[in-house]
Amino acid sequence: MVDLTVKIGDITLQNPVQPASGAFSWEYNDVIDLNRLGALVAKTICREPRLGNPTPRMAETEAGIIQSIGLPGKGIEYFVEHIVPEYARFTPPLVVSVSSESIEDFAALAEELSVPDVDVIEANISCPTRNATGGNFAMHEDYTRDCITAIRAKTRKPLWVKLSPNAGDIVSIARAAEDAGADALVIANTFLSLKIRTDNFRPALGNKFGGLVSPALKPIVLRMVYQVAKAVKIPIIGIGGVTKAEDVVEYMLAGATAVGIGYAGFRNPTALISIIDDLAAWCDERGIKKVTELIGAVRDQDMEMDTLNAASAGV
Amino acid sequence: MTTPDPNENYTDAALRIGDVDPYPQRLVGEFIGIVTRNDWVNDEYKHVVLKVHEHATKAYAGQMFHLLCPSPDGAEVWMRRPMSVYRVDKTAGEVEFLYKSEGRGTRGMATLQPGDEFNIAGPLGVGFKLQPSWKNIVVLGRGVGLATLAPLSQLAAENGVGVTAILSARHEGVVMSKELFDDLGAHTITVLDSDGSSDVENVERILETLIAQGKTDAFFTCGSNRLLKLMQRLGKKHGIPGQVAMEQIMVCGFGACYVCVRTFEVDGKRVLKRVCRDGPVFNMQEAVGW
Ligand SMILES: Cc1cc2nc3c(=O)[nH]c(=O)nc-3n(C[C@H](O)[C@H](O)[C@H](O)COP(=O)(O)O)c2cc1C
Ligand code: FES
Repeated sequence: MVDLTVKIGDITLQNPVQPASGAFSWEYNDVIDLNRLGALVAKTICREPRLGNPTPRMAETEAGIIQSIGLPGKGIEYFVEHIVPEYARFTPPLVVSVSSESIEDFAALAEELSVPDVDVIEANISCPTRNATGGNFAMHEDYTRDCITAIRAKTRKPLWVKLSPNAGDIVSIARAAEDAGADALVIANTFLSLKIRTDNFRPALGNKFGGLVSPALKPIVLRMVYQVAKAVKIPIIGIGGVTKAEDVVEYMLAGATAVGIGYAGFRNPTALISIIDDLAAWCDERGIKKVTELIGAVRDQDMEMDTLNAASAGV
Repeated sequence: MTTPDPNENYTDAALRIGDVDPYPQRLVGEFIGIVTRNDWVNDEYKHVVLKVHEHATKAYAGQMFHLLCPSPDGAEVWMRRPMSVYRVDKTAGEVEFLYKSEGRGTRGMATLQPGDEFNIAGPLGVGFKLQPSWKNIVVLGRGVGLATLAPLSQLAAENGVGVTAILSARHEGVVMSKELFDDLGAHTITVLDSDGSSDVENVERILETLIAQGKTDAFFTCGSNRLLKLMQRLGKKHGIPGQVAMEQIMVCGFGACYVCVRTFEVDGKRVLKRVCRDGPVFNMQEAVGW
């Protein structure tokens, strides 16, 4: 039986499969055994109670769903007092996602969230419907560096940083986060999108713009993970379009240490469990003893560079 | 469990009929049911019956399943569709849904044939609750909303509670579930747009008569804003408690994503609640209409 454990900094995960922030809550315990997950990831929390964005918050398109929730929540006090204990009943490490529109408040929040039951702070600096100076700091290298430096100074918990796929040069932003003290990178949040209804000419979402969530994003995010993995030393958690065990393998081959899953858990509430089981079976069938053997194992060094030779090979 | 096909795009660990449940403490399951029939009941509505794993038959009145509908057009249907359960037959191991074929999900559902597999997740949410002191209830619904109220009448009948069902529809051809309500011994009253009897004024007269006869220990409604408003007004006036089943676009169904929120008024304060988890059945007086 393959050893599925992976390490992200000092944190050991029993397998590389975890839910994505905002697409999961302890309430999924109704349908799956949360103790089987690599980690538990809470929805992004902000300081004040927030209602979130106007409805509708989700619309279907031909290429996936777009959604804009607006980070609703009951605020940090309620979160620490009532929601952290809901997760603490389970054994996997708890990753707490946090967001703010100001760097000072962001750092203060990270400090306040550094309570014993929290294992990891995930800085969501990439909520797509915010702007670059107000929470979506991952749009810009300097904002990322300033924000992560400030957070790093206020917490000793492992610090994961969730990046944006909407930034022009994700590699420089990843480097900035690493330089500022991030322990791992989460790549990536959702792609900013728009749908307009042709029956009434109105944007389909109450907040106009939303994040595109779709298996179609996997090849794009995979490319980003691959590029970033070549440029940084810290571990990467790949998020985007994972719907089956082979997708986990692909992300790991590209350089990720673990993956996060959102959409697949909506489509099939039991998806995370079957992906873990299928991943173990996939490794066993191939005699892979440790899943970590897959990390960065993409074979791209000896690719055929001669086009005529390549085009004369079998398909 | 079936052996997963590595080439399949999605993965599932859904329970099939007869499977041993690897997670017995579950409250909600992902099930693969087998369609036994999927017939038109009138020009607009279809009735689908599924054989399911026994756990799925724990659903009670007002609860929903989240349905992974087949595609009606070859393109992907990305999201499940919530649907309240129409009937549960524990002995036969079946759950039933009554639906109007209109959107892409329900149009896809309409293509299901006997023998087809259908993936459903549930039961989800908080359904209808009957108080032991209630002897007679009134259910008032319109259109497909009546499918949601039908199992409530079943529950009431099982508990010896008398039911008056007021069925509102555009015309005689699309009155829903009258036979089901009749079979359960409910007293049914049909009101129609075609002869004007579905007017709020007329329905109000009917309700006032029932109130005068002492037949209204509680009100239940689904499917019409006008009728909700009417029942709220009469409920307040006569001190009659009530419950309403609400709808909203859903994604997760578990209370995690906050896509399905609606506004409610609780103690004079407007708040958001999740239809999938805090509902879909709510205190009628707290509902803000649409
Ligand atoms: C309904 C919904 C809510 C989300 N909320 C958050 C959030 O609060 N914080 C966050 O960092 N990402 C959030 N995301 C993004 C996901 O964590 C994830 O990055 C994205 O869904 C891509 O993964 P997937 O392709 O597996 O769905 C949300 C996504 C969805 C669909
Ligand atoms: S559908 Fe996700 S919270 Fe209700």
